[in-house]
Amino acid sequence: MKRGWINFTSHAFTVLTGIACFGVILLVALILGNILWHGVGHISWAFLTTAPSAGMTEGGIFPAIFGTAFLVILMTIAVVPLGVSTAIYLQEYAPAHSRWVPLVRMAIQNLAGVPAIVFGLFGLGFFIQFVGRGLDNFFFNKELYFGQPAILWAALTLALLTLPTVVVATEEALRVVPRAHREVAYSLGATRWQMVRHVLLPQATGGILTGTILAVSRGAGEVAPILFTGAAYYLPYLPKKLNQQFMELGYHVYVMATQSPDVDATMPILYATVLVLLVLTFGLNFTAILIRSRIRRRLKR
Amino acid sequence: MKARWSERLIEGAIRLSAGLAIVSLVLIFVFIGKEALPLFTSPEARAEAGMGRLFGTGSASTGDIATTYVWQPVSEEPKYSFWPLIAGTLKATAVALLFALPLALGAALFTSEFAPPALREVVKPVIELLAGIPSVVLGFFALIVMATFFQNVFGLDYRLNTWNAGFALGLAVIPIVYTVAEDALSAVPQSFRSGSIALGATPWQTARRVVLPAAFPGLFAASVLGFGRAIGETMIVLMASGNAAILSWNPGLPFRSLSATVAAELGEVVHGSPHYHVLFFIGVLLFVFTFLINLAGQVWVNRLQKRLVGK
Repeated sequence: MKRGWINFTSHAFTVLTGIACFGVILLVALILGNILWHGVGHISWAFLTTAPSAGMTEGGIFPAIFGTAFLVILMTIAVVPLGVSTAIYLQEYAPAHSRWVPLVRMAIQNLAGVPAIVFGLFGLGFFIQFVGRGLDNFFFNKELYFGQPAILWAALTLALLTLPTVVVATEEALRVVPRAHREVAYSLGATRWQMVRHVLLPQATGGILTGTILAVSRGAGEVAPILFTGAAYYLPYLPKKLNQQFMELGYHVYVMATQSPDVDATMPILYATVLVLLVLTFGLNFTAILIRSRIRRRLKR
Repeated sequence: MKARWSERLIEGAIRLSAGLAIVSLVLIFVFIGKEALPLFTSPEARAEAGMGRLFGTGSASTGDIATTYVWQPVSEEPKYSFWPLIAGTLKATAVALLFALPLALGAALFTSEFAPPALREVVKPVIELLAGIPSVVLGFFALIVMATFFQNVFGLDYRLNTWNAGFALGLAVIPIVYTVAEDALSAVPQSFRSGSIALGATPWQTARRVVLPAAFPGLFAASVLGFGRAIGETMIVLMASGNAAILSWNPGLPFRSLSATVAAELGEVVHGSPHYHVLFFIGVLLFVFTFLINLAGQVWVNRLQKRLVGK
């Protein structure tokens, strides 16, 4: 009798956790299915390559795609060298039992937990008001040139936000390089930097690439940090200079979903834009996962 | 000689960039704090939006909390009570956790203890997929699809309300809770389980009496980190909450969160006005609060490692 009860509760709870698990899968499928179902019909070559028209109720999203690409390229240029050298410091340069290592690690972990909107405030308060205004006062005779929302400041804000992603991935890649490889390099008389440059970095390329792609995917989807640092509702031109504003996919979705005067007319465009944004981030994530699993397979061999 | 010079230069650059992580964390605090400081130092800003105004009872106590504590920064006589925003944030977070914690912890327990390995290989990428959905997309989904669905099914008076935004917020919380919890559960040594099964316990008994207690600090950390994520999340709440700053615990009403207030109002605020400083002060509150929560989460993760590895 008691045995039966135990078996029953055991099964009941196992099934309950299983339901939770499948519930999550179902929710993800529902969201993606809904967006795919409503969005795919409106995607066309013209949609991807033309600018919005008729107050966002017609036309395409090319400026938003262009702005997003420009933004994440700038962000990558800033975040990759910074993230990789931080990881190199933590793994190779820091002395054993250094007091700095736990502090840097803590800073990285906490940076990853800072809300995106706080990064937006920081971008405005630091990059635009302090650095930008400072540059204007110093070099441009107090004319407004850098002290305003711009793609450069948005990219740097996002770089800070994605720094932990790059550091963590690079550290993991450096950690798995066998100790013997380092020792051989040193025994041949290599300096520390020569060892890092010619032994570690070539082997860590895959890991660094994974981190970079994940960072780009994250950066392309974040809207809160760029709200006040450079994103624009509509621009009649494409940004060509670092101090210009830009259109962006995620911001475009936000604006169209909340501030459109004619929701029914924009709905197909809205869904299609969401789909493009999702395909972009998922495509990047998928590539990163592929590279990572290939590296892991190679390591196992 | 030349090699040594470049070597030193590179080492210096590497040290510098590692230090930058610490520096930027400090800079974030300093520069957001700097813009909020006039609330304490400038007599004008203090008169309009000092701490007494933000956290106190305001000028006129009318007996009804909804008209005593008011957030109305753009009006003849601006009112800056934080309480409607704090209540809104907590309300949405509570709904989010109520929905996300059982799902995420249950799913983590299932994948680590009961699921066949093949299924595990399916669940993890799906969770990563969920983690990869930008929050603006979740906000869009909540605003366009979920809001209508909830209103039709539950017959709610308002399309955008706490259930709707909290539920969407939960979707953003699930991946982080799941990932940390799953790590904690799989860190429990296999020998614990073998011992329990050998004594005749069922898999559920093993999970309940052996694995869960051993992994508890990690599961707690997962929940705490999920809480931190929900408090600071902006785009979902901004799009799905209706953004009405009403002080009420009723989850059927629209609400406004601290983070969404910053996002919605900073664009139109007059630079250097008390309102501007108040919005940065909200940033300081969010920063400090999430910082403490993350620190607590890390402490509990470390405690788990100490407990299981013994060092």
